[in-house]
Amino acid sequence: MGMMRELYGQIIMDHYHRPRNKGELENADLEEHLLNPLCGDEITVYATLDGNKVADVKFSGRGCSISQASASMMTERLMGKCREEAEEEIKHFKNMMTGEEEFPEMDDLAALKGVIQYPSRIKCATLAWTAFQQGMNDEGEG
Amino acid sequence: MYHVEKIRQDFPILERKIGEKKLVYLDNAATSQKPRQVIEVLTDYYEHHNANVHRGAHLLAEEATAAYEESREKVAHFLGVPDATGLIFTRGTTESINLVAYAWGRKNLREGNEIVLSEAEHHSNLVPWQLAAQATGAKLRFIPILEDGTLDMEEAERLVGPKTKLVGCIHASNVLATINPVRELAELAHEYDALILVDGAQSAPHLPVDVDDLGCDFFACSGHKMLGPTGVGVLWGRPELLKEMDPFLGGGEMIREVHLDHSTWNDLPYKFEAGTMNIAQAIGLGAAVDYLEGLGMENIREHERQIGEYAYRSLSEIEDITLYGPEKDRTGLVSFSLPDVHPHDLSQLLNEEGIAIRSGHHCTQPLMRRLGTVATVRASFYLYNTEKEVDALVGAIENAREFFGAFA
Repeated sequence: MGMMRELYGQIIMDHYHRPRNKGELENADLEEHLLNPLCGDEITVYATLDGNKVADVKFSGRGCSISQASASMMTERLMGKCREEAEEEIKHFKNMMTGEEEFPEMDDLAALKGVIQYPSRIKCATLAWTAFQQGMNDEGEG
Repeated sequence: MYHVEKIRQDFPILERKIGEKKLVYLDNAATSQKPRQVIEVLTDYYEHHNANVHRGAHLLAEEATAAYEESREKVAHFLGVPDATGLIFTRGTTESINLVAYAWGRKNLREGNEIVLSEAEHHSNLVPWQLAAQATGAKLRFIPILEDGTLDMEEAERLVGPKTKLVGCIHASNVLATINPVRELAELAHEYDALILVDGAQSAPHLPVDVDDLGCDFFACSGHKMLGPTGVGVLWGRPELLKEMDPFLGGGEMIREVHLDHSTWNDLPYKFEAGTMNIAQAIGLGAAVDYLEGLGMENIREHERQIGEYAYRSLSEIEDITLYGPEKDRTGLVSFSLPDVHPHDLSQLLNEEGIAIRSGHHCTQPLMRRLGTVATVRASFYLYNTEKEVDALVGAIENAREFFGAFA
């Protein structure tokens, strides 16, 4: 169970069992639904915008511990950020998941580092982030 | 006498270690492992006989052709096919069904016609018919499943009627472990002069199959799920139907005479074998069939029935587990879910113990919706699996659960 403990660490399991900002947002400016075709998991991310700022973020849906924990971390990460900062955060995160960037130390996100060893699970970790990214693009166009 | 430990020695991969754990391979519904007897035939073919078939008057071409055609005869015999001219090698079940949906469907379906399928179909026996329906204006109807996963035959009798042109059905379910009453469905279809296609991907590897006895018009299966190599599968069709059908793929081998503006078609089965086929794989499938017949399909079925029922019983003792499909008369696989551990997480945790199982929708998204879930865990057994491996699975599930629960 060694590698398992590494992958399913305390932080991931904490976010999984006690997800932050889980729920739906009424009157959201951004709402994006995304499906992981690999396993059928689905996620919806919501955000309200205050001018250029992400005022509130929530997510709903069902999925594995990695996708749920990652979504929970994302909401904490993006809350209060301006649009450009949010886009940067997402870009950094995706780069970390492909191994192009280092994970920040002393950060909840670092707990997802273990996922890199399991290519089939990277999509789980990036699901919410991709949904948010697509939502911002759609919202920008709208 | 069925000697599972002796059988296991024929499968080199079963010696494989996953980390420090011995591999427990329970993903056989996805693909089976290969015995040494099949692997050796592939090597021998490439080392001594490799040539293109049906052309060339040199010795290698003759040997390759003879081995390829001998394999066709073997597979025909294995499936109870009376006349091997109706036995076409394809890339697998998916291609076999697409061949029928295209070459038969496009020619014979029109608006007002109906195709009746079950709601438990694998995508491979659903999507090709969606495409055929779109192209021809025919409609799809679906036989529902009952709570225990078996087909609602009363509803089937209401659905199949004068408008029905074809009934398509899985012989055995890759999720529910059900064995469908194909013979009854065939009689029902034939009452209305409709045809029946049987998707045998999950039956041919595990049950004695006799296409004549089943009364079907088309039967499709995949080599790689029955000890054979990937890249080869089979479509059997009644020759009189195949003769009337247009070709599926055009190219070499499937022609008789080619002019710049038109061509005529080769005899069966070559009319449907365009281009260079997967020759080595087809020959490998012949070796796989030899192996299966050596053990005896009745014996394999009995072994899997026992292990499937043992797995069902053992898993049902796990608290709050949901098991899918009927308790009895099942094939050797069990789909299940737990309320507190996601299928994806469970399969990853089991991998740590060397256990390979499948999680996900198993290419049956409509069935998952019917079952009210998006994904299940599936342990699928084959002729080399043991009750000890079932025990390992149950133990590993309990451990995974404990591990997950510790954080809750």
